[in-house]
Amino acid sequence: MKTWLIAPIAIPLATATLLVLGFSTPRRQHAVAFAGTLALAVAAIALLLGVEREGILVVQAGGWAAPFGITLVADHLGAAMVMVTAVIGLATVVFAAGEVDEPRMRFGFAPLVQVLLAGVCGAFLTGDVFNLYVWFEVMLIASFALLAIGGGREQLDGALKYVALNLISTLLFLSGAGLLYGMAGSLNMADLHQRLPALGQPGLIAAVAVLFLLAFGIKAALFPVFSWLPASYHTPPVAVSALFAGLLTKVGVYALIRFFTIIFPREQIGLDGVLVVVAALTMVTGVLGAAAQSEFRRILGFHIVSQVGYMVMGLALGSPLALAGAIFYTLHHIIVKANLFLLSGISKRLSGSFELARSGGLYTRAPFVAVLFLIPAFSLAGFPPLSGFWAKLLLVQAALELAQWWVVAALVVVGLLTVYSMTKIWAEAFWKAHPDGDAAWREPLAGRERVLLLGPVIALALITVWIGLWPAPLFELARAAAAELLDPTAYVAAVLGGGTP
Amino acid sequence: MEALLALLIGALVAASVYLMLSRHVVRFLFGLVLFSNAVNVLLLTAGRVRWGAPPLVPEGLEVPLEAVANPLPQALILTAIVIGFGLLAFALVLSVRGVDALGTADLDAMRAAEPRADAAAKEPR
Repeated sequence: MKTWLIAPIAIPLATATLLVLGFSTPRRQHAVAFAGTLALAVAAIALLLGVEREGILVVQAGGWAAPFGITLVADHLGAAMVMVTAVIGLATVVFAAGEVDEPRMRFGFAPLVQVLLAGVCGAFLTGDVFNLYVWFEVMLIASFALLAIGGGREQLDGALKYVALNLISTLLFLSGAGLLYGMAGSLNMADLHQRLPALGQPGLIAAVAVLFLLAFGIKAALFPVFSWLPASYHTPPVAVSALFAGLLTKVGVYALIRFFTIIFPREQIGLDGVLVVVAALTMVTGVLGAAAQSEFRRILGFHIVSQVGYMVMGLALGSPLALAGAIFYTLHHIIVKANLFLLSGISKRLSGSFELARSGGLYTRAPFVAVLFLIPAFSLAGFPPLSGFWAKLLLVQAALELAQWWVVAALVVVGLLTVYSMTKIWAEAFWKAHPDGDAAWREPLAGRERVLLLGPVIALALITVWIGLWPAPLFELARAAAAELLDPTAYVAAVLGGGTP
Repeated sequence: MEALLALLIGALVAASVYLMLSRHVVRFLFGLVLFSNAVNVLLLTAGRVRWGAPPLVPEGLEVPLEAVANPLPQALILTAIVIGFGLLAFALVLSVRGVDALGTADLDAMRAAEPRADAAAKEPR
């Protein structure tokens, strides 16, 4: 069973190696990448089932016992995140086969995607702070290259800003890790959970916690350090945008959830108030930024910011229900947001532009695509019976239970404003006639391209509807993950092996 | 010794922040280089500095006789240096390409991805 824990990291790395070594034609590269990602999905399912059956799984790398070696841990949260990573990986690999041009394939697009997936899975499965830093770097260098390759002016501009701010973020992360080690003498997450409260230096721990909050806040695109995201996410090919939009900011959210539940003793450092305010401001600025945009992907980019606010709000509220809501929100959002980005690509392919003013008429030309757009768009805004409704409902219910009335108000109002900008996309790209008339219309999707572009979108939309109609399994998963995080006794026992102090 | 290193870290970070606040790409990158070095010294200092005591275990024993330097921070720093070198090399190449393509090294003037509203209205894409 334990080998499944290594598989989500090993499979993408092996696939990347294969892709680098051979398979020169783009079509073969796509085939190998698809096979590798499919294997990743199988491994992720096996891992999730294993965690469901046997509880938290642990592998001590090289046989060095924790806290001395590097520990790989799969709990409910980690396994669930690996699962959605595989789903998004699969969707974008298929979409890329229909979208990414040949020069980019020759520059190593396919292996870079696999390295990115390995980095993301590694970040979700590690139980060690410094190892998390290393996986972040693996993920980052792959994302830098994916953002920059084959790019013209816009892409290089976006990549520069993305690279600059992410480098600052990793350096803050690294200094936090150094100080944490200086204080506690350990970087194993379970070990830190035991050592930090015993130190009796809440002020010092809070200062280090703020370093981590800032570092992961930049990654997750929290207010006020989100500006790199809307500056860069709309520049690369759509498959890359979707992969980044689904996964990368959510790795930051994941790290925040992990650090501010297991590692830092929250009642000692007292940062909950800060988190609530930051989350609320993130929600509001994101949605207002989206309302001011008029380009398909930039609207979606600002919506990522706003939605990340929801997830962090769940973490900030801190009750078991709120945390379960945050995890549910993260899992649902990854699927919905990646899907919306893929749809923006189809819209561009059919109408010729991401600029809403220069596109239109999709509703009459491609009614099926229009229906496909409505599913994730309404889910993002929180319409029943789609997945986003349940995610928002959980958070609102948690805020009501805690009597945080203004948080409830923010959650609801931001939801309404989300509807506003989704309506804007609908009215501009789908409903109104194309400004350039029929001449601007590109040829309709057909044959292989139709399957490759629409297939992933349909699959992700079906998942959204499925979660919406039958939310119980995902909710139980989120609740189990939240319970493990809020009472890490089982996590600590699994990692450190028995109740050694 | 620790106090001296702490001051050094402070000076390095101050200089790097000053450089990073500049709008010129190359100065920004130099700031980043200084910052990453400051963090490496921070890792060393946080792991406790011990003068002239290599972490060697005498033959026949399983633990060293007296307190020795902590090897773990050094391993962490080595990893961080290698990763930092790779990332900075990439950033440097990217900025050369960026400056070539965008025709400016002024970060504020790089607005290809986010054109101002009036500029976007003038040049249709």
